[in-house]
Amino acid sequence: MFDIYLLEAVINGFLLGGILALLALGLNLIFGVIDVVWICYAELVMLGMYTVFWLYAKFGVPLLLAFLAAIAVVAVLGYLVHYLIISPILGSAPINQLLATGGLLFFLQSFTTLIFGIEFRNIGLRLPVLEIFGMYISFARLLAFGTALIAMIVIYLFLSRTYTGTAIRAIAQDREVMVLMGVNSRKVYLVTSAIGGGLAGLAACLLTLQYDVHPAIGLSFGPITFMICVLGGLGNMIGGFIAAFIFSEIIAIGGFYFQLEWGYVIAFAVFIIMMFVRPQGILGSRS
Amino acid sequence: MIKSSYLIGAVVLVALPFIGVPEYYLHLLILILIWSYIYTSWSLMGRFGLTSLGHGAFMGIGAYTVAMLWNFFSLTPWIGIPLALLFSLVVALLIGYPCFRFRIVGHYFALVTLALGEVVRMIIMALRDHTGGDLGLTPERYHGGTSVFAMQFADKDTFYLVALLIWAFGIWVWKKMDISMERYALDAISEDEDAAASVGIHVTRQKLRITIISAVMTAFGGILYGQYQMYINPHTVSGVGISLQIVFAVIAGGMYVAFGPTVGAIITISLAEFLRVLIGTGMVGLDNTIYGLMLILFIIFLPQGVLGAILERFSKNGNMRALAPAERKLKQE
Repeated sequence: MFDIYLLEAVINGFLLGGILALLALGLNLIFGVIDVVWICYAELVMLGMYTVFWLYAKFGVPLLLAFLAAIAVVAVLGYLVHYLIISPILGSAPINQLLATGGLLFFLQSFTTLIFGIEFRNIGLRLPVLEIFGMYISFARLLAFGTALIAMIVIYLFLSRTYTGTAIRAIAQDREVMVLMGVNSRKVYLVTSAIGGGLAGLAACLLTLQYDVHPAIGLSFGPITFMICVLGGLGNMIGGFIAAFIFSEIIAIGGFYFQLEWGYVIAFAVFIIMMFVRPQGILGSRS
Repeated sequence: MIKSSYLIGAVVLVALPFIGVPEYYLHLLILILIWSYIYTSWSLMGRFGLTSLGHGAFMGIGAYTVAMLWNFFSLTPWIGIPLALLFSLVVALLIGYPCFRFRIVGHYFALVTLALGEVVRMIIMALRDHTGGDLGLTPERYHGGTSVFAMQFADKDTFYLVALLIWAFGIWVWKKMDISMERYALDAISEDEDAAASVGIHVTRQKLRITIISAVMTAFGGILYGQYQMYINPHTVSGVGISLQIVFAVIAGGMYVAFGPTVGAIITISLAEFLRVLIGTGMVGLDNTIYGLMLILFIIFLPQGVLGAILERFSKNGNMRALAPAERKLKQE
């Protein structure tokens, strides 16, 4: 029997996958180049959402301008995360860097609670819902999906066509040798961090159209993004892209039949099973 | 010399409730003991580079299993606790085996466990019809409130002694671990898995064993916490927040010394209480803001922790064998 609501859930899941893929891309880029996992990545997204909220809903800045400002703010934050926290401990055990960003997660979450309180806030903008063949598709999701896709193409072109992008890919391949070749790794790391932050800022803009912002919103996206990155193989951008859609579909369909939380639980169960089957990630070739 | 100072310390700690320590301080001491025990359990595996960011999962499993068996089936914790521990053992096995068998280490392991902690929180939330979801769960009081059958104690003195005993057990396990052969095996594994395997160490089995010990002990800590507070909430016993708090406290105190996690618990709990008394509850999140900042600073400037740094300075021969290898490469090549 054909179920139109199921199809609607599948399509909405597919659209959610776009944003998750964008988040996974940023995280994978940073991991691939600097070999650091930013546990606080979703919290940077949360800060971006607050930036949009403040500029647009409080000060009446035009939405598009608020979006650009949010991307810039989070890009600068990404730069600062690397400059202030990661680079002093770049030489110590990788797990220490991960834990330091864990401290930042704690800090950002509580600091925003301190400043903004725990209330849910939204920018008060409702985009229309499209009706196609009797299915209801949120325009905000469609917009987010399209933008995320364009952003990923832009990043791909940047990495493959520009000089800086080539340097970034080279560093990701061999961290030691490229320094000997005269590449300024410090600069490349900072640029990568800023790009990673910018992607988080973009994701934040797209998310404000659909979700209320509150200090713990990072937890709704953070763990799932990490699972996506591990499933796709850390640092493997295409693997992360595919894994994002697999996960968003599991969550959407699981949420359709049961509850949203069960969608996440099923996704995690699938994740554990996948670890037995393909521990190196779906596309990975980990030695 | 060291033996006698341990003895004096033990006598003082046991005597505390009988010399009229005020209720409030006794309450703080109980909390410190329970959390110290949990932190010590985490450091059992954390010190070997098995950085779990999901120990909240085991706390949550322990606390909720016992409380729900009690509330819905009137099953005494005397039976509920073994069941909960068995349950957490199975979960640890289920997560640990694929991780260790397929060499999911370092970042990967941290992320997988992080997801585990969050999923347990989600399951508790999803079962909100039974667990109460966000509202939390209160184990039902048994008659007057004090009952050995229900493991509920209305007076703090009894609970203090129970917590003290459990904490001492945690320290004992840590010390036992510290002088065992397994410790050297695990140290070798954390340095280089291939080299360790090539000298005949069963890598998967060793890692799995310490993970299960650590997880089951943490679950017991969660049970203890639930029975003491008589209230549990998915956010206070499970999820990312609590898991990171565990890691932070251990790092602050010192991961590689026996009393490091205890010092970490003393620092974090007294800081939280100090801030609460000083500025009241008006500024929600201030204590965690300071924790987060301190965690970053500790990792950058004092990775061996407060107690670790102190012992390092005062140790006569200057080489503490218990301290961490300075530059540990966890990267898999």
